[in-house]
This record gives sequence, structure tokens and C-alpha cells, in this order.
Amino acid sequence: MVRSLLEVCSLRKTFGGVVATDNLNLSVEQGTIHAIIGPNGAGKTTLISQLSGLLESDSGKIYFDGMDISNLSTPDRARLGLARTFQITSVFQEFTALENVALAVQAHDGHSFRFWRPARSEIQLTQPAQKTLKTVGLDDRVDTPARLLSHGERRQLEISMALATKPRMLLLDEPMAGMGAEESRRMVNILLKLKGKQTILLIEHDMDAVFALADKITVLVYGREIATGSPKEIRADEEVRSAYLGDEADVT
Amino acid sequence: MIDATLLFEQLFNGLQFGLLLFLLAAGLTLVFGIMDMMNLAHGSLYMLGAYVAAQVTLWTGSFVLGVFLSLPVILFLGIVLEAGVLRPLYARGHLDQVLATFGMILFFNEFVRLVWGPDGIEVPLPEFLQGNVSLFGIPLPNYRLVVIGMGLLVALLIYLLVTKTRTGMLIRAGASNREMVEALGVDINRVFTLVFGLGAALAALAGALAGPILAVTIGMGEHILIQVLVVIVIGGIGSIRGAFVGAMLIGIIDIFGRSFLDTFFKFFLPVNAAETAAPAVASMLIYILMAGVLFFRPQGLFPAKTG
Amino acid sequence: MGNKTQISIVVFVFLGLAIIPLVAQMTDTPFYLDLARRMMILSIGALSLNLIMGYGGLISFGHAAYIGVGAYTVGICAEHDLVSGFIQWPLAIILSGLFAVVFGAISLRTRGVYFIMITLALAQMMYFLGVSLDRYGGDDGLPLIERSSFEPLIDITNNIVLYYLIFFALLFSLFLSKRLVNSRFGMVLQGARSNETRMKAIGFPTFGYQLTAFVIAGMMAGFAGALLANHTDFINPDMMHWTRSGDLIIMVLLGGMGSLAGPVVGALAFLLLEELLSGVTEYWQLIFGPFLILAVLFARGGLLGFFSAKERENG
Repeated sequence: MVRSLLEVCSLRKTFGGVVATDNLNLSVEQGTIHAIIGPNGAGKTTLISQLSGLLESDSGKIYFDGMDISNLSTPDRARLGLARTFQITSVFQEFTALENVALAVQAHDGHSFRFWRPARSEIQLTQPAQKTLKTVGLDDRVDTPARLLSHGERRQLEISMALATKPRMLLLDEPMAGMGAEESRRMVNILLKLKGKQTILLIEHDMDAVFALADKITVLVYGREIATGSPKEIRADEEVRSAYLGDEADVT
Repeated sequence: MIDATLLFEQLFNGLQFGLLLFLLAAGLTLVFGIMDMMNLAHGSLYMLGAYVAAQVTLWTGSFVLGVFLSLPVILFLGIVLEAGVLRPLYARGHLDQVLATFGMILFFNEFVRLVWGPDGIEVPLPEFLQGNVSLFGIPLPNYRLVVIGMGLLVALLIYLLVTKTRTGMLIRAGASNREMVEALGVDINRVFTLVFGLGAALAALAGALAGPILAVTIGMGEHILIQVLVVIVIGGIGSIRGAFVGAMLIGIIDIFGRSFLDTFFKFFLPVNAAETAAPAVASMLIYILMAGVLFFRPQGLFPAKTG
Repeated sequence: MGNKTQISIVVFVFLGLAIIPLVAQMTDTPFYLDLARRMMILSIGALSLNLIMGYGGLISFGHAAYIGVGAYTVGICAEHDLVSGFIQWPLAIILSGLFAVVFGAISLRTRGVYFIMITLALAQMMYFLGVSLDRYGGDDGLPLIERSSFEPLIDITNNIVLYYLIFFALLFSLFLSKRLVNSRFGMVLQGARSNETRMKAIGFPTFGYQLTAFVIAGMMAGFAGALLANHTDFINPDMMHWTRSGDLIIMVLLGGMGSLAGPVVGALAFLLLEELLSGVTEYWQLIFGPFLILAVLFARGGLLGFFSAKERENG
């Protein structure tokens, strides 16, 4: 059996009376792309925020590579190799693309109490950053300030920043959100390049993308898991069809 | 030893000072809470309220008239300032707000200096407010009783306004979640103009009432503003209840610190050291309290923000 | 980017500052020597504030407190016959750093309006502490019995020597700031200003970096305070009054927040404006206050920003 990198046990989160994550169990295996789908309000982004530590869980445990990380802070989790992206693009707007990624490289490098040498000319930072930008196809936008990038490019930049921290697992929160067909296709290709090498937990509304990428899919409705299986199994699942895939029209 | 009479007297003074702080904090905490707005000029409204009341008192000989005239004047000024200067700043960062309201302070201080001169004004108390009432043999000044009465009355009115009326509901909702109120189709700007005007009038009332007790001088607004900020931080931004509790705490602790700290220090320090240290520590006491509260509750005692 | 224009303005300013003692001597106007010295000292204060406010996005409304701690350290040392600047100045820097550790640790637990209020309140506490220190002049302040002694190196009782010492201190502070903001540490600081959540998500515990910046800024301001005590030959609580903190913020903004030399230009412009306006009328703040409001409402980017299109992040 393949080792699971992330284990979630009976995770719960409520906002007032609303249950966002309902006793969720989840297991993401090393080297796979595990997609989580579900209608709006299914608690997908909440889950990512709980996993990355931005939201505190009410109860339940999160194990990363066998280690209980439930009470660790966001930066601590990030340094263990759990990198996330955001649904609403979250980059350093006034930095250039390269500076954005170089900062992420620096986070992984771990030596940031250095006060003297100019960081922008440090090869140890800029070279890996340039390489990562190339993986996501932004190598021609290196010196463009992030705020001047197109929406799609900024989403690529997000992925690139997450990758630059050399994560052991990526948590991608709707990487295709707000993208046109062409941009989505480019993003799928970027993620396909990572497939098999990088463990990814993917939240996405774009079903074509999900079925093209995922090794395994979990369906979430109102914070509760209703099915988990291979793309084939999910497609065939009656409950999923009725709960979700049947009325795909109001999914996105 | 500390004698009981003095203790009671100072408790009384602390209560009165606390209520004064509350009059200022109530309006300001809502301004901070609802609009996420940094307004330093609240102290200027307090100062102007005091000057207007003092001037009217000197002209007409009636202190009561002075107090009641200063309210509409400052209310009007508050609304003009809100509409003219502050409203464009809501969408800006805190820094712009700090700067613009700082500019207002400079302007108003200088304006007062120009009109009334640098020396401040003495406000005479009317006959009927002079003298003392004796309670259990302890003399309590009439005027301070009136201030306490007014303060409590206003606190009650604010409480009723905020908890029992529709407007109050909007104010509370605005302080805890502004987007929600806007999503309900309420014009939050109008709520805010109302809150700001009300806050200005309360500041004027505080200033007018403070006139005969504290000096009516140019720096009076800033001096008390900082104490009011401490009250708001302790109570929690946007919370009227927090403002009330914070104001009482600060009022009483500040007065007690100034009156009893040297006696207290003398228990374990040599007299000389106690007399040197006491005033220094007393002046820092409320800030130390603030730091302590923040350490345990960074959002204050009664956080109003829910998300 | 108008970087070239910026650099030439700064070079021009420093050349001007360098020859002021000469001009003052030739025209027999020691007043200008005094004014320029004050400008440069406050420039250092504004530079230090710019580190946390401009580059860190942390609006500290209590920065004058550290200038005060620095100045009081020198004043109190001198009062107790400890006049060696080799001891006084490092002590001033260390003490203001210690205060910054404590105040920063308290205030950095919060953000936004809270942060502004708390830094303001803590600084005002220092003001009241100064007022209550009867032994050291209380409200009235304390004359500096003797300027810091740097025997046998230099003698700063000579006003020209003091002037150039401050001049080089300013140059050094500017250089230090430049290294700092472009270093790895500086990138973290700016990242946290731009998007703190993102910083945490890529693995930076921002608190520690922000606190460090806060302390560095406090120490630099403390150094400015040590200079200020020697400049005025006098210390008083007024140095720590909250309006002084407000002045520092205005200087940073006048010069353009987050631009390296902006605070220097801002401090110069601020004091010049004060000088000019108070020459016109005794009630100069009647003009300056509205000027400030109008500047906020209509002009953005500061004086240096005027010459360059550099974007400024606010709030």
C-alpha cells in the first residue's frame, strides 16, 4: 500500500451554527493528485485553511507524514512542507514576479535574519526562483511587477511561489478560478507536469480539469464527505450524480 | 494609613472622571468600530465644546445655557467635518486618516489660541452648583454629583438607543460586521454621520462639564484623548459596554494611583524612594493596565468585531 | 522610474548640507547652522520611522519616545558626571532598543487602528514619565551640563565639529537603511507589509521580523535622541510628546513613504516649512493644519514621489 502523506481524522469546524467541516476523514497518498469537489458552500476553502493553519479547527486531528500538526502555526506547517495557494490571488503586488518567487525561495532557505547583503543579487535566491518561474511558464515575465500581470499569470505566479518553497505537498485552492478556457488549459498543463512528482490536494470547480488531473476524488457536500474514489468510480457513483454532477449548471 | 473618608471621596472622583471619559469614548469607539476609521480630532471637539460653553457662560452668566448651547454648535461642526473632510477618507488607509485628523488638531488648537489666547479660561460655577452635600458625614461637591448624574443619565440613554431602537441595532451591526449591514441595503454612511454627530455632541458635553473642574486650556483635548484611546483599547473597539467598563476602570485607577500610590509604596519602600517613585508610576499606571489587558486579550475586554 | 531624478535631488541636498557651515560662517548666520543640524537629526529619526512605517507598513504613532529615551540617557548620564560619549551613546542606543523590545512586543500583537493607538499611548506614557521625573527637571526639562565627550578623538563642543559629526551620522544612517531594506531581512519586512497572510503561508513567522525591525528603528531613533540632546544642550519631556511623533510621520510622508531618502527630504521640507510659516504668522499651524489635510486629500506619494512615479502602498 502507498504511504499516505496527509491524514485528516474527524476534522470539524463550525461558524456560528453552520457546519463547514463535518467530521471529515481524508487521506492523501504520496505522489498523487487528490481532488476535492463539491458545490459552493461545501466547505472546501475552509478545509484548506484548516489544513494550512489559517483557521483553527474545533476538533479533530491533522497528521502530516505521521506527525500531528493540528496545533502548529501556519508558518510552521509551511516549513514542514505544506504549501498552499489562495482562491483569491494572493501575491506581493508591488514586487516583481522574480522577487515574489525569490521571497518564497528565501522562506525555504531559512536564513532571513541577514541584514546587509542585497537579496536581489543573491544567486542562491534568484536562480531557483527563475527556474520555478520557468516551470510555470512565466520566464518571460520575470521583471514585471505582479500587479501588472494578467489574472492568469498571477495565478501561475501563485503556484510558482508555492513550488519555490520546495513543498512536500501542495494545497491548491481553485487554481483555475476566474480563468478563461485558454488560461485553464495552460494551468492544467502546468499541473500535469507536476503529476507523479508532487503530492497535490486540489480544490477545483472545473470538472474537465479535475478529471484530467486527479488520481483520486473526494466529494464534499455541506462539509461532509459523500464519496471518495477514482475518477471513474466517482463518475459512476449514483449519489454523487444526484447531489452534484447532475446539476453541473450551477456548479460554477 | 488610608482613611475611609478619603478613600470614599477619591472613589467618587474616580467615578466622575470615568464618566467623563465614557462620554468621549462612547462616540469614538463607534467611529473606530463602524468605519474602521482613525480619528484623532475627537479631542478637539471636546476642547471646542469646553471653550464654547465657557464663552457663553461668560457672556450670559448662565453656565447651564453654556452647556446646552455648546451641544448643537459642536454637533453641527461635527457633521460638517464628517461630510467635508472625513468621508473621503473612509476608503483610504489609516495613515491618511491619522494625518488629516492630526492636521485638524493643529488647526483647532491654533484657532483657539488665536481667538481665546494662550492662557485658558476659568469657568465660574453658578451659585446653586457650589457647595457640598454631606453623605455619611463625607462632603461631596454638588457639582461633581451633577456631573456623575449627567454621565449616568447619558450612559443610560446610549444604552437604550443602542439596544432598544432600530437605529441602535444598525449601529451595533455596523460595528461588528459592516459588510453585512451594507448588504442589507442600509446606507451605512448615514448611520455613520449620525454616530459621528452624536459622538461630537457627547464630546462637547464632556468638555462643557469638565470646564469648571479641569482647566479650559488648549492642550486639554489631546491630553484626555490619549486616555480615551486607552479606554477604547481596553474595552474593545466598537463596544459601548467595553467603553463603559474601560472608562470606569481607568477613571478610578488613575485617581487612586495619584492619591494612594505613595502611601502604598511606603509599606515596602523607604519614604524617600516611595515619594519619588509614586508619581512616576501613577502616571504610567493606566498604560501598564492597558498593556496587561492586551497581553491576555489583544482585542480588548469586549471585542465587538465578529468577522 | 524617476530614480535618477531622486538620486540627483538627494545628492544636491547632501552637497547643500555639506557647505552650510561655510555659508553660515561667511554670512555670519549661525542660525542656519543650528537649523540644518536640527534638520539632519530629525532626518535620522524620520529614516528610522520609515523602516517600520514605509517598509514594514506598521504605523507607529509613538516614535518620538525612542528619541526621548536616547536624549534622556545622555542627559541623565551627564547629570551624574558620566560624560564619555563612548559610554553614553551606546547606552542610549541599547536602552531605546530595550524599550522598543517591550513596546513592540505589546503593540505588534495587534494591527490597524489598535496598533496606532497602542504605540501612541505607550509613547505618551513615556512623556508622562518624563514629566514626573522631578529629579531630572520634570516638566521643565534639564539643561545638559556638558556635551558628550569624545576625548581624545574629537571635541563636539565645537559647533562645526558637532555639525559634521551629525552630517556623517546621517549619511551612515542612510547607507544603513539602504543595506537593510534591500537585504533578505528587508525583503521579508516588505513582504509582510504587502501581504502578511501570504508571508505566513510561505513559512515566515512575521512577528519576529517585525519586532526586530521595530527594535532596529527604535535604536536608530535613540541614536538621533543622543544627538538631539547634544544639539539642544537640553532635554525635556516635550521631545517625547505625541505631537513630535506626529511630526515624524508627517516628515516621512512629505518625503514619500517607502522611498529610501524620502524621509530626509521630508524632514528638511517640514522644518523649512515650519520656519517659513512661523515667519509669516505666529499662528502658523492655522495654515499648516489645513495644508496637511489638503495634502492628504489631493497629493499622494510625497515630495520625492512628485518626481517619480513610484507606487506607494497605504494602510
